[in-house]
Amino acid sequence: MQYAIVVYETAAELAAREDPTRAPAYWAAYTAYSQALVTAGIARGGAGLAPPAMATTVRVRGTERQVQDGPFAETKEMLGGLFMIDVPDLDTALAWAARCPSAATGSVEVRPLLPPPPIDA
Amino acid sequence: MTRDRHADTLDASRAVEWAARRAYGRLIAAMASRTRDVAAAEDALSEAFLSALQQWPAQGVPDNPDGWLLAVARRRIADGARRRAVHDRVTPVLEYAATLSQDDAPDEAPALPDQRAALLFACAHPAIDPALHAPLMLQVVLGLEAEQIAAAFLVKPAAMAQRLVRGKRKLRDAGVRFALPEAHELPARMPPVLEAIYAAFGTAWDAVAGGDDAHGELGTEAIWLARVVHDAMPHDAEALGLLSLMLYCDARRRARVGPHGSYVPLDAQDPATWNHDAIDEAETLLVRAARLLAPGRFQTEAAIQSLHVARRRGHGYDPDTLVTLYDALWHFAPTVGVAVNRCAALAQAQRVAEAYQALMDIPESVRAAYQPWWVLCAHLHTLQGDRGSARAAYEQAIGLTVAPGVRAFLLTRRALVEG
Repeated sequence: MQYAIVVYETAAELAAREDPTRAPAYWAAYTAYSQALVTAGIARGGAGLAPPAMATTVRVRGTERQVQDGPFAETKEMLGGLFMIDVPDLDTALAWAARCPSAATGSVEVRPLLPPPPIDA
Repeated sequence: MTRDRHADTLDASRAVEWAARRAYGRLIAAMASRTRDVAAAEDALSEAFLSALQQWPAQGVPDNPDGWLLAVARRRIADGARRRAVHDRVTPVLEYAATLSQDDAPDEAPALPDQRAALLFACAHPAIDPALHAPLMLQVVLGLEAEQIAAAFLVKPAAMAQRLVRGKRKLRDAGVRFALPEAHELPARMPPVLEAIYAAFGTAWDAVAGGDDAHGELGTEAIWLARVVHDAMPHDAEALGLLSLMLYCDARRRARVGPHGSYVPLDAQDPATWNHDAIDEAETLLVRAARLLAPGRFQTEAAIQSLHVARRRGHGYDPDTLVTLYDALWHFAPTVGVAVNRCAALAQAQRVAEAYQALMDIPESVRAAYQPWWVLCAHLHTLQGDRGSARAAYEQAIGLTVAPGVRAFLLTRRALVEG
């Protein structure tokens, strides 16, 4: 089954990306995690996301297109990235999610992926 | 030899009912453990029972009724999966359907593997809302209807039915693993299972105090669930402790209710009315648990129960031992119930001042609507000779009491401190 491992990070953790003393360790942790998923043969994709300050939110209400600076919601933990894995069951997905660096300081959400809609290639 | 048509139908219904009661959980577990789709298993099994009621009168009850029902139910699931193939989102069902041979004859179906314990662990999986653990177990493994479960947990039937549907859907769509946990996972996974079984037992227990024995069956079912877990994990000390605890309590179930539905407190019960076989088994299990040197909440509660029934051998127990056991229980389960019971044990050990102090130490917000606190408070005031305060405390207790039998009992207690 395919699952999304959705990374939620605290502002303090996200700040590590820009801090020259903390950035190397921050990126090393995520690189190691990504590598572990690949080595285990379960990685199916994913991406880190640029920080929330770089986000722009779009909503269309009726005929009006509303564009706003900033992420969907200002919350204590912000969306930081996404990994997609293929494992036999939820328990296995949870075990991998626990290894994600943000699990210790922020949160990780695990959600099954819907099968892709049939698309003519 | 021809047989009367009516007799054939009767035999068939009896056989189906027998299979339903004895093997329901096993059958659901056998199917659901492969497809993770409990709801589909329930529907398929209902249809299999219907088929049995239609076919067995004419064909005779098969030698392996469980196997027959399983084979028919599995074929229903496979057919359903094939029809849904284009829209089906649950690949395990399709894979499962693919493994079934079209040529399986019902009577040659393989023996039923017992996956009930795995199903119980799935129901109490951390991915499932804890409030649903006990209700799911009762429906999925025991086949209880949503209405019965709703009544026991004081929830509207429609709400309970909806929650159960959501719970089963989560089990299926999130891909919860249906298997006994690995050894290293047990410390985290076992407590919720045991707590859910105990919760199911507890609702039955409270109902009996009110003289309503409609839930007496629920207690028996909960004990059965505890046996399933114990059989699957024979060296788990807390599973032994839970089963022991429930047997001790159940042994006294009938003794708690007097002739007109009145409430009979523990120290007024006649040991002759207790079920001594159940107590014997409880004691054997408790000793076995103790030897595993892994103390826990349920073993401690069972030990407390074993003191309470020591009267059956004609001797009492050292009341300070009871206090020590409650100290230990508090360490495992620091709940208001344990705190109040510990105070009661202190009072019983003639340490009334200590008991009163400890009772008052329980925070106001916690004790305000907790009926047993007020009952004990009234009792302590009575022991201390303060009839006015005792009366006021009994008033509060009575106001908070749900069960009519208990209310009547407290009214007589209050009358004793009138004037």
